[in-house]
Amino acid sequence: MTSTATALSRASRHTAPPDRRKLADNITGWTFAGPATLIILGFSLVPMAWALALSFTDSDLMSPGRDVGLENYRALVADPVFHQALRNTALLLFLYLPASLVAGLAVAVLLNRKVRGIGFYRTCFLVPYVASATAAGLLMGYIFDRDFGLFNGMLVKLGLPAQGLLSSPSQAMLVLTVIFFWTRFGFSVVIYLAALQEISKEVVEAAAIDGAGRWATFRHVIVPSVRHMTVFLAVWGMIDVLQFFDLVMTTTKGGPANATVTIVYYVWQLAFTYFTAGYGAAVAYVLFAGTLVLIVAGLLLARRRGAMR
Amino acid sequence: MRRRRLPSGWHLVLAPMSLVTVLPFVWMVLSSLMTQAELNRFPPPIWPDAVDLGGYQRVLEGSNFPRWFLNSVLVSGAIVVAQVVLCGMAGYAFARIRFVGSRLVLVLVIATALIPFQLTVIPTFLIFNKVGLTDTLGALIVPQLSSAVGIYLMTSFFQSFPKELEEAGRIDGCSRFAVFFRVVLPVAKPALAALAVITFITAWNDLFWPLVVINSEAKYTVQVGLTTFQGQHRADWPAVMAGTVLTTLPVLGVFLFGQRRFIQALTGAVKG
Repeated sequence: MTSTATALSRASRHTAPPDRRKLADNITGWTFAGPATLIILGFSLVPMAWALALSFTDSDLMSPGRDVGLENYRALVADPVFHQALRNTALLLFLYLPASLVAGLAVAVLLNRKVRGIGFYRTCFLVPYVASATAAGLLMGYIFDRDFGLFNGMLVKLGLPAQGLLSSPSQAMLVLTVIFFWTRFGFSVVIYLAALQEISKEVVEAAAIDGAGRWATFRHVIVPSVRHMTVFLAVWGMIDVLQFFDLVMTTTKGGPANATVTIVYYVWQLAFTYFTAGYGAAVAYVLFAGTLVLIVAGLLLARRRGAMR
Repeated sequence: MRRRRLPSGWHLVLAPMSLVTVLPFVWMVLSSLMTQAELNRFPPPIWPDAVDLGGYQRVLEGSNFPRWFLNSVLVSGAIVVAQVVLCGMAGYAFARIRFVGSRLVLVLVIATALIPFQLTVIPTFLIFNKVGLTDTLGALIVPQLSSAVGIYLMTSFFQSFPKELEEAGRIDGCSRFAVFFRVVLPVAKPALAALAVITFITAWNDLFWPLVVINSEAKYTVQVGLTTFQGQHRADWPAVMAGTVLTTLPVLGVFLFGQRRFIQALTGAVKG
């Protein structure tokens, strides 16, 4: 990139003195990049600072709130719904993340061969990913409905007892995890598949010549060579899980008895249905801090493991 | 030699797996063609007795669905055009023009991708409230006029763009603007198309922000409309499923049509 810029300015020196050239570059550069940059920074950094300020007030969205100091943060330590939201989100994270990585890599390995119709299969795995969470939520909410759903219908046809599913406090979050997995894991497949296609055939063949079996090749050649994608997908998956909202909104609305309230759903409820925006902002900030801690911890772990190899 | 003619055994594994993945969507279409009586049976039928378009009629005529659909088309269309132009220009500048602060700003922009929208949503709502723009389609468009992902994609694309083309243009005496619009943009079409596909799918599917900032039913997007429609017509599953089919068709069409670009952009964004 740098060499291009120097080459360009060198070429242009024939036509204009360097100082005027520099000024012109600054003006064009900012004219080109300014609008897009301004919108992004204006709608992220400004609200971010504002949200922090809000989290120390009792704002109700309509009137400017009173300053309450750390009261919101103190309140959420004792808030049972917040604890429930944390537990639900953590459950989703621990079930979904390993499953999406393992299944994503497994399916990608299966797809990474010269068989006809691979493109068709890949398309199938991506369809739930591109369909909206609203559509997926409404459809799956119906399929997993306790009283009318297709899933219970099939259980009954097979002579098995119908389940509580989305209406059951103990099963609802698990069903949502399955639905979430269904909508998201195609992304891991595509990313892993792209990484697998970069591995040179010679390396795999060399391993085979050295007497490595299929499993050994997978374990010692393939898994290490897609490690950077695993790290990326883990970070991406974490962000995805922590922002889990749409499917809850279109299926259970947090119920039954808060069994499926996630952190983001709780933020939305607090700010836009209970109008306790100050408190909602505090919860959002805790979510943000948690996300950063998890990502940094994950990256450090990945690094240490990489160094140990 | 003989084995090459046989279809690979891997189909036995791959076919059922991919079938399980798309079957719910197949049933979504099938159930949208059933009658209410059929779908209220338990267990529900898998195949409709006869094709019944009543669900489609009820969602199209008994609700504001056409209006919501139009709103979604307008909003997503505006966002796609804006992002292709603004992110394209910004990416080109970050990759090719040396200007004060460009490195710092680019890092800042990419870092904002880590800020969850849920953190900024309350103040963003307050900003629009202050200028009196809540409950307008404009409020849906403005925050999405450009995106960190779009700038990142375009920057990495232009970094690998052959510079000879532009130099030829410059030597011919064209200004930077003329070079960008006449020489660079036409060649960058594939990358811009990839950005357009990703942006359209994201914009069309958005639920959270429209849910927050839109109040009146006439300004709903399809995603918000469908969610409330289901709340009000819980017993009319064929109509809900018909609405879901109609909502999914545009993204599915764009995805199938631009699949190669979509996958290129997804994987390109990760690798770059």
